[in-house]
Amino acid sequence: MDGIHDLGGMQGFGAVDHAPAEPVFHEPWEGRARTLMEVVLGAVQPNGGEFRHAIERMVPGHYLTSSYYEHWLTAAATLAVEHGLFTREDLEARAGGAFPLSGPVLAPPVTDPGADRGEPRFGVGDQVRVREWHPPGHTRCPRYIRGKTGVVVRLDGSYSVPDVEAHGSARRHEPTYSVRFDAGELWSDAQHGVCVHVDLWESYLEPA
Amino acid sequence: MSEGAHHPATSPVEDRVAALEALLTERGLVPDGFIEQTIHRYETEIGPMNGAKVVARAWADPDYKQRLLADGTAAIAELGFGGAEGHHMVVVENTPTVHNVIVCTLCSCYPWPTLGLPPAWYKDPPYRARMVREPRALLAEMGCELPEDTEIRVWDSSAEVRYLVLPQRPAQTEAMSETDLAGLVTRDSMIGVARL
Repeated sequence: MDGIHDLGGMQGFGAVDHAPAEPVFHEPWEGRARTLMEVVLGAVQPNGGEFRHAIERMVPGHYLTSSYYEHWLTAAATLAVEHGLFTREDLEARAGGAFPLSGPVLAPPVTDPGADRGEPRFGVGDQVRVREWHPPGHTRCPRYIRGKTGVVVRLDGSYSVPDVEAHGSARRHEPTYSVRFDAGELWSDAQHGVCVHVDLWESYLEPA
Repeated sequence: MSEGAHHPATSPVEDRVAALEALLTERGLVPDGFIEQTIHRYETEIGPMNGAKVVARAWADPDYKQRLLADGTAAIAELGFGGAEGHHMVVVENTPTVHNVIVCTLCSCYPWPTLGLPPAWYKDPPYRARMVREPRALLAEMGCELPEDTEIRVWDSSAEVRYLVLPQRPAQTEAMSETDLAGLVTRDSMIGVARL
C-alpha cells in the first residue's frame, strides 16, 4: 500500500535527531513493548510480513507522531485483536482510555500465488526498470523507484515474496537482486556522485 | 470502542503497554521472567561491539577481509555472530574514493547480530526520508563531510540482505593490536554516517 511508512525521498522532516550513542531502550516501556510483540507473534503465528504490514496500516498521523516502539505496540495489539486473543474494548478498559489500532487490510487474501520463479531472469550488468504499480497490500518495492531504470549489481538468491506471504498461507519464491540507481534517475534535484541501491524481488522488475 | 459525541483521550503509551501485558499474562501467554530476560539479552548480548570485532579482524588479516567481502554471512559467523536479521550479510567497503551508507526507507532493517538494535534516529522519518535523496548534505549535517569527488553509495535494505559498512582503517594504527583496533570502531562508522 502507498502508506506513510514508505518514506524514501519525502521532504520537510528537518534534522536527524542524532546521538553517537544511546541506550538500547530509552524508557522501560519500550523494552516491554518490544518483548510483548514477540509474545503476540508467538501466540497468533502471523504470516510472514503480516506484522510489518500491521505497522504500515497505522493511521498516518499516529505513525508520524509516535516512536518506533509505539508502532510495534500498536501493530502487536492490532494483530492480537484481529486474531481474536481479545477485543479492542478489553484493551481500552485496561488502558483507561483510547487504544488506537491500525487501519484495516485493504488487499484481498492471496489464494493463488502463481508459480515459483527458478532461474534468475536477469544477470549482473543488466538494465532493469521497476514496474510502475500500486499494490494495495504489503510490498517491499518503495515508491521512489517505481518506473525508474537501474542496473543489477548483485544476485542474492531466491526468497519468498512478501507481497504474497503477508496476505495468506500461499507462498511464491523468486530470485532477488540488488539494483543500482543513479541519483539523477531518481531525483530532479539529485546530488552529484550519488547512487542508491535497492534490493528487489524479480517480479518487481522488467527488462529496460 | 465507544462512539459517543466525543472520543476518549488516547491513554498514555505506558498504560497501553501495561494493558496489553495484563491481557496477555491473564491468558497464560507470558512465561515468568520472559520480559526481563529478553530485555537483558538485547541490552547485553548484541551490539556494535560485535561488529567492531569483525572490522578489526578485517583490518588485521587481509585473508579474512577477502572472505568478509566475498561472503559476509560466513565470515561473520567465523567470529560467532549470526541469527535473526543477520542471516544474509553483505559487507560494503569504504575506500579513499567510495563511501557507503545504509538505510531502510520502509521500516527499520538493521544487522542485529553485529550492530545490535537500531538507534532511534535510524528508525525515525528524517533519516529514512532524506538519506536516499540528499545523502551528501545529510552526512555533512551529521558531521561526516566528504570530499566533493567521493562517490556516495547508499544501500536501502528493502529485502533480505542486511548490510555492514567496513570503514577505512585510520592512519598510524599499524602497531595496534586487533583488540585495540576494535576499540576505534564506532557504531556510526559501520552504518556509514561517520568516518574514523
